[in-house]
Amino acid sequence: MILCCTIVFLYAPIIVLVIFSFNDSRRNVTWHGFTFKYYEKAIHNNNLIEAFLNSLSIAFFNTVFSLILGTLTALLLWRFRFSYKSVYEGIILVPIIIPEICIGIALLVFFNLCGWPNDLPWPLNLSKITCAHILFSFPFVAVIIRARLAKFNLDQEEAALDLGANHKQIFKNVLFPHLKPALIVSSLLAFTLSLDDFVITFFMSGPETTTVPIKIYSMVRFSVTPEVNAASTILLLITIVLAAIAIWIQRGWAKEVEKS
Amino acid sequence: MKSARNHKLAFWLTFCPPTLWMLIFLLVPILIIGIFSFSAKQGLVDISASWVLDNYIRAFDPVYLSVFFKSIGIAALTTLICFLIGFPVAIGIASAPKSWKPVLLMIVVLPFWVNLLIRTYALIAVFRTRGFFNFSLEWVANLFGIPFEPLTLLYNDAAVILGLVYIHLPFMILPLYAGFEGFNKSLLEAASDLGAQQFKIITAIVLPIMAPSIISGCILVFIPALGSFLTPELLGGPSSQMIANVIERQFLAANDWPFGSALSMMLIYLTFGALALRYFWLRRRYFSSTENKP
Amino acid sequence: MNRSILQLKGISKNYGTLEAIKEIDLNIFEGEFFSIIGPSGCGKTTLLRVLAGFEMPDSGSLYIENINMQNVPPNKRPINMVFQSYALFPHMNVLDNVAFGLRVDGVAIGEQTQLVKSMLSLVKLSGLENRLPHQLSGGQLQRVALARALIKKPRVLLLDEPLSALDAKLRNEMRQELIRLQKSLGITFILVTHDQQEALSMADRIAVMNDGTIQQVASPSYLYEFPSNKFVADFIGSINFIECQLSEIDGDIFKFITRISKDAFTVEGNKSLRIGQDCWLGIRPEKISFKDSDVVNPHHNKLSGVVTNITYFGQASMYHVEVIGEKTATINVMENHSQRSSYATNKVGDSVVLCWSTESTSVFTS
Repeated sequence: MILCCTIVFLYAPIIVLVIFSFNDSRRNVTWHGFTFKYYEKAIHNNNLIEAFLNSLSIAFFNTVFSLILGTLTALLLWRFRFSYKSVYEGIILVPIIIPEICIGIALLVFFNLCGWPNDLPWPLNLSKITCAHILFSFPFVAVIIRARLAKFNLDQEEAALDLGANHKQIFKNVLFPHLKPALIVSSLLAFTLSLDDFVITFFMSGPETTTVPIKIYSMVRFSVTPEVNAASTILLLITIVLAAIAIWIQRGWAKEVEKS
Repeated sequence: MKSARNHKLAFWLTFCPPTLWMLIFLLVPILIIGIFSFSAKQGLVDISASWVLDNYIRAFDPVYLSVFFKSIGIAALTTLICFLIGFPVAIGIASAPKSWKPVLLMIVVLPFWVNLLIRTYALIAVFRTRGFFNFSLEWVANLFGIPFEPLTLLYNDAAVILGLVYIHLPFMILPLYAGFEGFNKSLLEAASDLGAQQFKIITAIVLPIMAPSIISGCILVFIPALGSFLTPELLGGPSSQMIANVIERQFLAANDWPFGSALSMMLIYLTFGALALRYFWLRRRYFSSTENKP
Repeated sequence: MNRSILQLKGISKNYGTLEAIKEIDLNIFEGEFFSIIGPSGCGKTTLLRVLAGFEMPDSGSLYIENINMQNVPPNKRPINMVFQSYALFPHMNVLDNVAFGLRVDGVAIGEQTQLVKSMLSLVKLSGLENRLPHQLSGGQLQRVALARALIKKPRVLLLDEPLSALDAKLRNEMRQELIRLQKSLGITFILVTHDQQEALSMADRIAVMNDGTIQQVASPSYLYEFPSNKFVADFIGSINFIECQLSEIDGDIFKFITRISKDAFTVEGNKSLRIGQDCWLGIRPEKISFKDSDVVNPHHNKLSGVVTNITYFGQASMYHVEVIGEKTATINVMENHSQRSSYATNKVGDSVVLCWSTESTSVFTS
């Protein structure tokens, strides 16, 4: 059936890639034997490790700030009426819609023009990349949290008010717990988006500020050893685990909605 | 819902941070390249703040125009193939037993999470001259004693399209699935009850009602495919350049920022053009747009 | 007597281990308004879907106009259905919805429009041709669904709980509408509903279903007066049941003893029962009256009790009378307010004597 073929088609290349990361052959063309040595090489590759640390830091800060901005946006659109609201809603989605290359070069020009310093110490040297990532991450967060807010039963808030709570208490004790699953899912999403981004990061990065995808890209261009496969597999595993957690939480929350 | 006017403090508190971010990191940069697209290049690195249409005129040069058309063509073909594959897959998942559905969806969506680079690289590994696919073919050919020439599957347009389909397929499947899930099945029975055959049911009932989902899926594939950079870069040959690659070269190799900006602006216009088409087509054809927002 | 237009013989349908309908035999006559009623899960909807062709029976045969429907798909049967959710095509206006069946049949456009217009005036929806379904009210949606099905002039029209989504007043209106339509078109209607009031007021004959089988098929009045078993008696209208035991048979007088009263109850009947058999007596609330003197009528049964509650219905009141013997039971008595002054004749707390005739008593063994 078409469904099965499609699934095979989707997964086959990835599975082949993972398998060949264990290939004991420099040119990685035919299978020569099972080995972990390319994983060792990858783990001891200093550049790769540096790129990895960069990726993690960027992803971390991206997640924190995207959560904040995204939640504010979601609350704003959920709670308030204001003129040109629909235009605003459209603008928020622009970073997701516009091709990444346009955002990448626009930011390149922008940072260049306003003389953003290039030789800051870590972690500030990652600020350009982080700002860019936040730009395209927080709309996703906003969409997810807004969807969750839409399912919030306003009666709960009125009940809380009726029982004497003030707005801060309501937020902390009623709204926030309701939002928790959405917040977790959004952070996982923001983290993954940041970890995986290539195009926009490509234009923002420099020799001291590579991320894992950029590093893999340069490895692919110059040498196709199983080390590349190994590095890719490691990144893949992290991404899949995070994605699986996110999807699992989403299902739990969908079931909860079904029941209520 | 509350009015902004009556809760000024809370409103501005929530409004300012995201808006400022958007302004500084999105609107201003795009404005700048918009302005650049009208300026001229002076010497190797300087740009003069003049207002000329030279860049846009140059963008309409056959060389670049053909790249635009090629990109639109590749993106359109990718969308079509994704639709032809995605439509039956979505029906398949929607008709699956209830407990299987989330599992199947997850299986289909998971590859999307895998890094674009990794997925593209995986394709290279499978399809290159000395790659997995050719090896399997060779093995089969040897079985039948047929002489075998490894196929040059990479570094051409077909490879780019294959790569784009591979990357964007989940984006077509998801909206189609959502459409099928929400489809009122008694409509199919009613149509059958009134005498319609399979074909008529599909053309008169299923397709019109599914149209919003189909269009969403097409847009979700077409726009990213149009602006894709990595896939043509890694999988395409010298003649398979798409707009994004040309833009990148203008900025990094040729250092012709004004021209690159003009090309970028044109890509942005194309993107909004596609979205506008969708908006107007849906509004015109379908029931009140306030109700069934796709 | 009209000829039979639809015959079911031994129709069964299972879903896995669930037997939805078992060995259904049914004969439906041309031009009659037939209704199938029963509680949720009794299999009536499954039966309807088998008639329409959306489900294939596991065994048995279905003949419509003497043609075996075994291999005939739904789109080729001379049957049309009005769905519970109306299933109007949301992207088509009223005209296109109603004309759909005609379009499929290849009817010319001009003729289509004419037929649609006359059908719409028949269901009293003229002028709404260009409206879309989401712009119509519940009652209007109903009529469009009816028009769409009827325009194809089916031999049999199936209606799946057509009035369940409407409010009470609208429901009453539509009931009259459906009767009018059926009589004027002369098409056989088969209406499925869980609302026995609906069936009683509209149908010529009713089939009562429970647990996948048909309990009884009869006219509304016959079903009401002579229910064949306890389930039918309980499902149609309301009824009082008294647990009892057959104590004596004297010719065709049966005497029953109960635990709620020292007196025995007599019933005239010709049922085949044995002495000592456990039975149920059934008496409709409106057949019981309050005795206002101590005159004992040999053809009446009596019970003493105390009024514990009164439910007022406007045109009548239902008295809930507690009867205490060895066991306690509540007997419901319905009394019409026929005088201008509709005050209750008895008050809560009054001691009353109930009596009813032996003819009005039914006996059920299960």
